[in-house]
Amino acid sequence: MTIQQVKQRPLQTPFHARLAEIDRLNQWHNWKGYSAADAYYDHGLEYFAIRNSTAVLDLTPMTKYRIRGAEAAAYVDRLLTRDMSKIRPGRVAYAVWCNDQGQVIDDGTVFHLRENEYRLCSQERHLAWLTAAAIGMDVTITEETADIAALAVQGPTSFSVLKNLGITGLDELKPFGLLHTDFEGAELMVSRTGFTGDLGYELWIAASHAEPLWDALFEAGRLHGIRAIGTHALDVARIEAGLLAAGDDFLPAEETVRPGRSRSPFELGLGWLVDFKKPNFNGRQALAEEQRRGSTWRFVKLNIEGNKPAHHSYIYAKRRGRLKQAGFITSAVWSPVCKQNIALGTVRVPHGEAGSTLWVEIYYQREMHWSRVMAEAEVVAKPFWDPPRRRATPPGDF
Amino acid sequence: MTEQFDAIVVGGGHNGLICATLLAQAGKDVLLLEANETVGGAAVTETFADDFRVSRCAHLLYGLQPDVARDLGISPRLASDNMATIALDTAGKHVRIDGARAGGVDSADQAELREFHAQMLKFSGLLRTLLNKTPPRLGSNRRQDLVALAQLGLRLRLLGKADMREFLRLIGMNIYDEVEERFGNPLLRGALSLDAVLGTHLGPRSPNTILTLLYRWSATGGRISSPAGGMGAISDALADGARRHGVDIRTRMKVKRIVVDNGRAAGVETEDGTTFDSLTVVSNADPKHTVMDLVGTRHVETGFARRIHNVRMQGNAAKLHLALDGLPTIKGLDKKDLSQRLVVAPDADYVERAFNPAKYGEYSPQPVIELTFPSLRDDSLAPAGKHVMSAIVQYAPHALRSGWSDETRAGFERVIMDKLAEYSPDLGKRVTDSELLAPVDIAQRFGMGGGHWHHGELTLDQFLFVRPVAGAAQYALPLEGLFLCGAGAHPGGDVSGAAGRNAARAILAREKSA
Repeated sequence: MTIQQVKQRPLQTPFHARLAEIDRLNQWHNWKGYSAADAYYDHGLEYFAIRNSTAVLDLTPMTKYRIRGAEAAAYVDRLLTRDMSKIRPGRVAYAVWCNDQGQVIDDGTVFHLRENEYRLCSQERHLAWLTAAAIGMDVTITEETADIAALAVQGPTSFSVLKNLGITGLDELKPFGLLHTDFEGAELMVSRTGFTGDLGYELWIAASHAEPLWDALFEAGRLHGIRAIGTHALDVARIEAGLLAAGDDFLPAEETVRPGRSRSPFELGLGWLVDFKKPNFNGRQALAEEQRRGSTWRFVKLNIEGNKPAHHSYIYAKRRGRLKQAGFITSAVWSPVCKQNIALGTVRVPHGEAGSTLWVEIYYQREMHWSRVMAEAEVVAKPFWDPPRRRATPPGDF
Repeated sequence: MTEQFDAIVVGGGHNGLICATLLAQAGKDVLLLEANETVGGAAVTETFADDFRVSRCAHLLYGLQPDVARDLGISPRLASDNMATIALDTAGKHVRIDGARAGGVDSADQAELREFHAQMLKFSGLLRTLLNKTPPRLGSNRRQDLVALAQLGLRLRLLGKADMREFLRLIGMNIYDEVEERFGNPLLRGALSLDAVLGTHLGPRSPNTILTLLYRWSATGGRISSPAGGMGAISDALADGARRHGVDIRTRMKVKRIVVDNGRAAGVETEDGTTFDSLTVVSNADPKHTVMDLVGTRHVETGFARRIHNVRMQGNAAKLHLALDGLPTIKGLDKKDLSQRLVVAPDADYVERAFNPAKYGEYSPQPVIELTFPSLRDDSLAPAGKHVMSAIVQYAPHALRSGWSDETRAGFERVIMDKLAEYSPDLGKRVTDSELLAPVDIAQRFGMGGGHWHHGELTLDQFLFVRPVAGAAQYALPLEGLFLCGAGAHPGGDVSGAAGRNAARAILAREKSA
């Protein structure tokens, strides 16, 4: 037997040629095997494209599964904790799914494409789990990450850009809605979804039509400040929107080894996604038990004094006049649009109720030397950035 | 109106009958539903040819767990007890194994067998204490689990240092290495190897085939007997007992599904559409069928469904029944010898080679056989002067690559008859009728998935705390109100009744603590 040498190359998305063309920084990283850029020319400017004009992010590396079959609806309803019978065809749902112990495996968006047909889109790969969940059900799961090219088109002028592209029906498209249209003979799906907490859309098309779509999109956005962005800018925007990132703000439960390192939906502030009134779903018994007994951890959004981002910091709470360690920061950034030092974190219950005060121990480096500051932080309930334009239907014509 | 019961038992195998009886004894209103015309499951005596009857599936009794028989107040009448095993030799130089004594082997082997027997007896006794109670739940902080675990550790430690080490050495080991190390006589090696792998999808060189041997010995120390009237007599006695205690037994009622309402078992629906309500449903069916077909995976957790889906239960034993117009002869054996248990397993390598094709979905061209002439011990089974042969033949994989058809059945039967002719040249001439049950037939007729008589391979990864799978080893399935009571649950198969009795106790204990 001869052993065949398999040459491992980074995967490239169907937009790669275009991305390589605009790239000036050569800051690539590995996103689930694909080459993805932190930034193409300046992450600050890229960030402001999200908030002030239109930003385009290649999100093809997001894991995508097609779920089809006579029992597809029953399947997603059992897989996910929220009541999926309420998500009609043409609607999208943000959802989490749990293992038997009620611990979050991942979060993602579920697109109800047609009757008995869904797309599940997530950060991590889950074929093994999805296949196991399909045992005994009339449903097929197909991994289609490489087949479907996807772009996030986000920002206040994104509506105008897409209208310019010739897409009709956007006036009525509400947040978490989707529509199918034609692009040069291929089916283009447009969903009003995103990871920025702003007005924005996501485009989904067969990989073969990726480049023509890119070219037409940038042509349509020429006068609306359209810019390609890397993942760095997106990360700032998603923290401002208070959105979780798998691998940062929680670990996929099936990847943890030590007990207590995973989180339940309640512990991630996602209790609103758990519906005990619907039929059986994965993790139900454990979650009901947790609700009865109380959770261990609480997800917090923090507004921290000062301007030094609290990366990887410990969180402290005051008990009997003394500061005691209560948890830690999982994501932190200086928010340019809110002009706030913001962070997401996880603290032990009972700490971290909205409106309460916590302390964050921030280490920062100035010209090689480290300093430390104990900064006061307020626990906030709402996302840091949540403009009305995000929900306005029809969206404004900026 | 839908009839209501305190408990419904799905399936009237011996475990189902025992469980139903004990629940009824505790004052419950119990309904037992059986798909076939008669209860008894794999312990039935049936007519397979005109005027010839045979124990259709299980054909020897390794002993009801003594305390089960005591609890239920039954003492089956035995046609023969303490049967010897005769390892057949084509030249007539057979080896006779009678408990710790062996005939036809040299004195070194005799001494080794005495030692081996004593040791296995001691270890199977330890196993027996484990088999007669609900296994503790691992990782729990409940007092009863911790106490049970501590008792298990203590019992192991009380074996003494040398024996404990020996037990731990043997428990995961294969029988082949052990018999090769101890014994010189190939027939002795072969017979013990066969004992260890009977009814499994394992060869003598497969891991934990000493465990399977200990398991068989655990009820009564390897003592083999045969009830008068065949195995069906045991089931009849159990059914009589069940009825006496008020169990409502209904046959020809095949359960189609277990009704789940509001996240818990709420009753059953039969094939004809009748529903029965009960907040306690006890399944005597195998765990896979129970969860995958009767309940439906959507009603349980994904991880649990995956574990159940992956339970290994590929049956490998076929059953051959012959109607004979007279007793055949085997060189070197008299009529009394023929009433013992005879085995065709000339050496351990032979048994292992017989297993090899089964791994690839083919039946053994040189099979191993356990045969008995039950009519010699029990004249109710055949007309005067005529006889019945009942044999378990391995290996015949459930998932035969070429598929089980009349043709493949006939082919395998020819293989078996050719093999038997080497020992008894006149057997073929005596046959007036025959029946071969392949594992698919056993699966279909006795409702055991894969035709596996333990309802799930008896290996360490599916044993004790994790039988049938983690999360269901205490008889309660992770669906409120649903329980297992069959061979797929702890401890496993054989007509011992431990699973049914333990399940009943677990159900009653749970109720008490609720």
